Amino acid sequence: MSVLLKLNNIETFIGQYHILQGVSLEVKKGEVTVLLGRNGAGKTTTLRTIMALNPASKGSVVFRDQEIQNLPTYTIAQRGIGYVPEDQGIFAGLTVEENMKVAMQKDNEETHKRLDYILNLFPDLKKFWKKPGGLLSGGQKQMLSIARAYVNENELLLIDEPSKGLAPIVVEKVMESILQMKEQTTIVLVEQNFMMASTIGDCFYIIDDGRTVSNGTMKQLKEDEEMKRKYLGIA
Amino acid sequence: MELLFNLTLNGLATGMLIFLLAAGLTLIFGLMDVLNFAHGGLFAWGAYSGIWIYSTTGSFIIGILGAILTGFLLGIITEKWIIKPVYGNHVQQILITLGLMLVLSEMLKVIWGPNQLSANPPDYLQGSWEIGGMIIIKYRVFIIFVGFLVFAGVQYLLKNTKIGLVVRAGVMNKEMVQALGINIKKVFMFVFMIGSGMAALGGVLFGPYSGVIHAGMGMEFAILAFIVVVIGGMGNFTGSVMAAILVGLSGSFMAYYVPELSLAVNMLLMAVVLIVKPQGLFGGKG
Ligand SMILES: Nc1ncnc2c1ncn2[C@@H]1O[C@H](COP(=O)(O)OP(=O)(O)OP(=O)(O)O)[C@@H](O)[C@H]1O
Ligand SMILES: [Mg+2]
Repeated sequence: MSVLLKLNNIETFIGQYHILQGVSLEVKKGEVTVLLGRNGAGKTTTLRTIMALNPASKGSVVFRDQEIQNLPTYTIAQRGIGYVPEDQGIFAGLTVEENMKVAMQKDNEETHKRLDYILNLFPDLKKFWKKPGGLLSGGQKQMLSIARAYVNENELLLIDEPSKGLAPIVVEKVMESILQMKEQTTIVLVEQNFMMASTIGDCFYIIDDGRTVSNGTMKQLKEDEEMKRKYLGIA
Repeated sequence: MELLFNLTLNGLATGMLIFLLAAGLTLIFGLMDVLNFAHGGLFAWGAYSGIWIYSTTGSFIIGILGAILTGFLLGIITEKWIIKPVYGNHVQQILITLGLMLVLSEMLKVIWGPNQLSANPPDYLQGSWEIGGMIIIKYRVFIIFVGFLVFAGVQYLLKNTKIGLVVRAGVMNKEMVQALGINIKKVFMFVFMIGSGMAALGGVLFGPYSGVIHAGMGMEFAILAFIVVVIGGMGNFTGSVMAAILVGLSGSFMAYYVPELSLAVNMLLMAVVLIVKPQGLFGGKG
């Protein structure tokens, strides 16, 4: 399988803090790659670095065989990366409809087809189409954020902890939808919920203290009790 | 009764002029996080260029269009060469825009001389109507009408066009707008241009309203506009029109009953809002 995204020894500063100190990973086309690691390990910063929201100061980010680490955020998004941030980034005063309109880069048939598809996946969004995003429940906000990232023909989705703060039944729903989208899109998923991570993920990277320290297939990780205990705090 | 009516009309007209200035300020602050102290300069430039074109061509309408165009141009230039290098740095923004404000007013004096210029409404807007014993000054009604027209137009733009949606989204979350593939810098320039055009329009309308224009007028109105931005909520467009009307009315009534306190009351109002409801009287951003 071909490599869609590659991070080569990324280093990122936020202000004076040296947050990422060597993150390297490969994302293969068609797979779900899960980033795991303790709180504060640098998972969110890794996604933000890919989007150039916290640009890398060293190393390279290669997407579809082109270096993108020096491009502005909007260009990276236009090249085909959709981003679902940890806080969902919903425009609170805009309705669900308006949130989607801001996201839709093109007004063509394909985009509308994708819109229909994602609304069928998340019927709640259709139901609250005219409701301000700020008034949605946590789960609905998550769905809206995912829908916004999906609606453009993105080859890659970066999704940051979609299960955070959601009730188990909602987590299930979000998980199902990601499994569906996986059919068409490559996904990088940050996920602390090991059940979810291991169900959806094909392979994993563990980030610790701003470095990628281990990686492999999800199957390997499931069997490696030592690793799970050491980095993920799961016995 | 007639007095109350006239004070109200006067307050509304002044409120609309302040609104034209404040609307741009609030959007520029809300979206771009820029404190633009030169905004009043564009008001004065609108007045001078518009009144000059008006007196040269004899057409008030052409004067108004000329003022708006001047505002657009100065806005684009200001954003591109003055503001762009200092995005994200408030101290530098304050210094450079205050400096620009001084340059703009001094240039007015260089071009049009240090004395104030007089301005009168065109024939068809002079005088008044008399309805049921009440005297209604035409030009005031005209200002209120234009103010509402601009409000409705910009409101439509913000609610119904893609760029308007992007502006509102940008006020709420700039990062996310960019992560969705939108070049927010282009939107910045657009907003700056529209805001500057509105300020210049306010200036040219103010000319015949007060009868004279002078280089310092921008500063005086800018203070009121800043008060309005705070009261209406920074970045809140609808808030800015309501706050402007409030400030206009209070100014008009105070100026009649207790003139010494006219500006103080507005300042006080702003202080109270800052303490009690710092996000503005009219809800959050939007
Ligand atoms: N704006 C910032 N300024 C300073 N330090 C920051 C900033 N943002 C993040 N950090 C630090 O960077 C480190 C990595 O943070 P990051 O959000 O990437 O972790 P994470 O792995 O996503 O954690 P979590 O699981 O809690 O979401 C943390 O130590 C955090 O304190
Ligand atoms: Mg995180």
